[in-house]
Amino acid sequence: MRISKEDAVSQKFSLNVNGKAHTVDADPDMPLLYALRNDIGLNNPHFGCGLAQCGACTVHLDGQPIRSCVTPLSAVGTGKVVTLAGLGTPEKPHPVQVAYVEEQVPQCGYCINGWIMTAAAFLETKKKPSEDEIKQALEGLKCRCGTHLSILRAVKRAATMMG
Amino acid sequence: MNTHNKPSNFSRRNLLKTGGALVISVGLPVSLDTVLAVRTAYAQGAKPPLVPNELASYIAVNTDGSVTAYFGKMDMGQGLFVAIGQIVAEELDVPFKSVTVLMGDTANSVNQGGASGSTGIQLGGKQMRMAAAEARRVLVEMAAEKLALPADQLTVTDGVVHAKSDTAKKISYADLIGGRYFNVQLDWNKQTGNTLYAPGKAQPKKPSEYKIVGQPIHREDIAPKVYAIEDFVTDIKVPGMVHGRMIRPPVAGSVPVKIDESSISQFKGAKVVWDKGFLGVVAEHEWDAIQAVEKLKVEWSAVTPPFPEQSTLFDHIRKAPVRKREVEKPVGNVEEAFKTAAKVVEAEYEWPFQSHASMGPACALVEIKPDGNVTCWTGSQKSHFVREGVALTLGIPLDKVRAIWVPGPGSYGRNDADDVAGDAAVLAKAVGKPVRLQYSREQGTAWDPKGPASIHKVRAAIDASGQVIAYEFVSKAFSRVDVNTNGSQPHDTLTGQSLGVALKSGDGFGVPAESYAFANKLTAWETIPPLLDRTSPLRTSHLRDPVGPQIHFASESFMDEVAATLNLDPIEFRLRHVKDPRDIAVIKAAAEKAGWQARPSPRKDQTGNKVSGRGMAYSQRNGTRVAIVAEVDIDRRTGKIWARKFTVAHDCGLVINPDGLTKTVEGNIVQGVSRTLWEEVKFDRNGVTSIDWATYPILDITETPESVDVVIINRPTVDASGGGEPSIRPLAAAIANAIFDATGVRIRRVPFSPDRVKAALS
Ligand code: FES
Ligand code: FES
Repeated sequence: MRISKEDAVSQKFSLNVNGKAHTVDADPDMPLLYALRNDIGLNNPHFGCGLAQCGACTVHLDGQPIRSCVTPLSAVGTGKVVTLAGLGTPEKPHPVQVAYVEEQVPQCGYCINGWIMTAAAFLETKKKPSEDEIKQALEGLKCRCGTHLSILRAVKRAATMMG
Repeated sequence: MNTHNKPSNFSRRNLLKTGGALVISVGLPVSLDTVLAVRTAYAQGAKPPLVPNELASYIAVNTDGSVTAYFGKMDMGQGLFVAIGQIVAEELDVPFKSVTVLMGDTANSVNQGGASGSTGIQLGGKQMRMAAAEARRVLVEMAAEKLALPADQLTVTDGVVHAKSDTAKKISYADLIGGRYFNVQLDWNKQTGNTLYAPGKAQPKKPSEYKIVGQPIHREDIAPKVYAIEDFVTDIKVPGMVHGRMIRPPVAGSVPVKIDESSISQFKGAKVVWDKGFLGVVAEHEWDAIQAVEKLKVEWSAVTPPFPEQSTLFDHIRKAPVRKREVEKPVGNVEEAFKTAAKVVEAEYEWPFQSHASMGPACALVEIKPDGNVTCWTGSQKSHFVREGVALTLGIPLDKVRAIWVPGPGSYGRNDADDVAGDAAVLAKAVGKPVRLQYSREQGTAWDPKGPASIHKVRAAIDASGQVIAYEFVSKAFSRVDVNTNGSQPHDTLTGQSLGVALKSGDGFGVPAESYAFANKLTAWETIPPLLDRTSPLRTSHLRDPVGPQIHFASESFMDEVAATLNLDPIEFRLRHVKDPRDIAVIKAAAEKAGWQARPSPRKDQTGNKVSGRGMAYSQRNGTRVAIVAEVDIDRRTGKIWARKFTVAHDCGLVINPDGLTKTVEGNIVQGVSRTLWEEVKFDRNGVTSIDWATYPILDITETPESVDVVIINRPTVDASGGGEPSIRPLAAAIANAIFDATGVRIRRVPFSPDRVKAALS
């Protein structure tokens, strides 16, 4: 767990989240997760562990999946943050989201940010991945409900959609 | 306040706003005359009391003719509400899309037991079926009055009652009762919880008439999750809310003796809430509350470390005094039969403590209004019991408390959600503000109630002709219910216990559920006392199929051992002794689908480090039957197992939604593989040392089985039994039997982690 310095002074941060500018006044050591959830009002991502072990808090920073629970505000800079809500909408969905709905993947769905955001970033860089490559790309993410098979079906489906 | 869309509300907008309101709003004002004009007075404008014997407690027809079903159970992510919607739509003869199922809000549903024991369809669905059938009966009678036709000449299509002979003679449900309430009494059995049953006069449809039940209808709550539209319980916020965090003792059983509140004064709004063993902090900002937990200077009472070394756990169970012994239906005389045995097969199996380790640690929000009314947003599987627990904890009348279930991180039994609700209530009362409390990851894994550790002694007597003449199975274990499966009583929650209410550990375990007929048979269980008589991170309660995986790991591994001793094919051996026809059918169905080749285990045709094997196991669970064929690959050098393929034959009687059932079984199998291969709660003398995903590993995506083939045996004329838990029951044994088939080595302790497998193979 990150602990702030003894007399952490709050600072103003300008964040670019889902294409909008936000100003957050907070401890520079505060993880991005809490700014997104509590200051900016984006309820996804979720707190799962706070230890970079599960992926529930995953967002994109300049297109790369990061664990927002361990990313201090001071490290975000002017990078573009995209959350699950910014990845796509019912009107303009991302292929991984479409595939997730079609394959009826989640049970509780609390793990969803990790899988979708990681898969979406992976499929940008890798076209027509093999099943093993997909598994490697998703290694370490957690789903306690055991929807592993559905997740893999959905990512394969999305990979096909993304050509 | 954030809105929280309930599952079925996503794709359609109700005319009546039911989501957050206490009652359905009444449509156009209805005069008493209008009501009385309906001879039977089946409808009324005012909502009847929310009691189990009122039809209005389960079903309402809105002004637009859509139907709201109020369900006192809830969906834990397996799509139960879809199945309930199908049942209600079927009986009412309305389109599936027009039914909204609202779950687990104590202000609009009666206590049907919450999510419990895979009874969502088995018991909850049965009640909703009877309520919907009664609603249809009443609506047809009302229509008969309006249309001046005998009821038996009417039928219903898509919510419109019409003459069978002339569809022009019609009246819709909306016109009959839309926006008003049923005023119809049901014949309630005076029970609440799972066993609540309140039928009306109507007979439900025959399964042969089903059009909606049995269809693979998809869930509508997926899209809101995927597009980040739906809020979880962790996302609910109310004005003026502060954030809480709890602090647990470093040595289980110790309590704070001195606290330096000034050590957290740098955090805005930081406050300590301390009462006996209860210690929490609140702060205006969540990040501050998290840091305050780390900064707060606490002195703890000195206590003797309460736990044995983990390496001695199973010896501890062996030596512990038996608190309760129960023998279930013995057949013949086992002791005498063993004296005549030509050969005795004996084995002992061990199962560790396991954690729910839900994807997110539990969270609740409690708001106490100035008028004393309390609202608790909870992710608990049993919100009606949470309501009782919160009322008792705060010492206020039940009717002052409303518990609203909001989907949270997946829950597989009695996890930490019931504790967090009580803790949040105490914090909210102490600081006079609404408190949102989420536990830490460490608390979610280390401090949830645990699935009990156990040992199982099994033996069989075989006569000179190779017949099994006697069978004995005895479990000795921690009880399955140190704390009850719900949080209704303070002695069952960490909240109550930390405030000084003593733990009241109950006694419960179980015996194998199968139909092996042996001339002499005895199955029994023995429970031992808990390791600590108060707030304990190793207190037990229900974790998915509470004691099923433990017991059937032992019993179905043992059947394989006997088959191997007799040099028989494991399925042939089982079919010689299993008597129940549905049991026989699932075993055969799994074998056939898996392409099972009959031969004794182990196979003897493999050399080298990479070997494969197949194994099977079967069991019953409260009416459901499951048989599993597992195919595994093993690397002898590393001890690593890939549970590659499963074929699961599943008979739970009438199937409401085959798609939902298949996905439920798939997830249950994957979770079961995880529990079998990886999961073991680690502890030392002071407490639990499994505190996160590194110290409590679960199955990784790279270890996903190649396939899980689910063969559903649908029996439309057999009452539906459960589907959420049964398939995890025989899973560990199927894997153990496959490992034996591949290697000739029998592993009798879960989990089959690489170290343990490697050691067993060398
Ligand atoms: S919450 Fe960030 S990785 Fe688990
Ligand atoms: S769906 Fe529940 S944790 Fe993944």
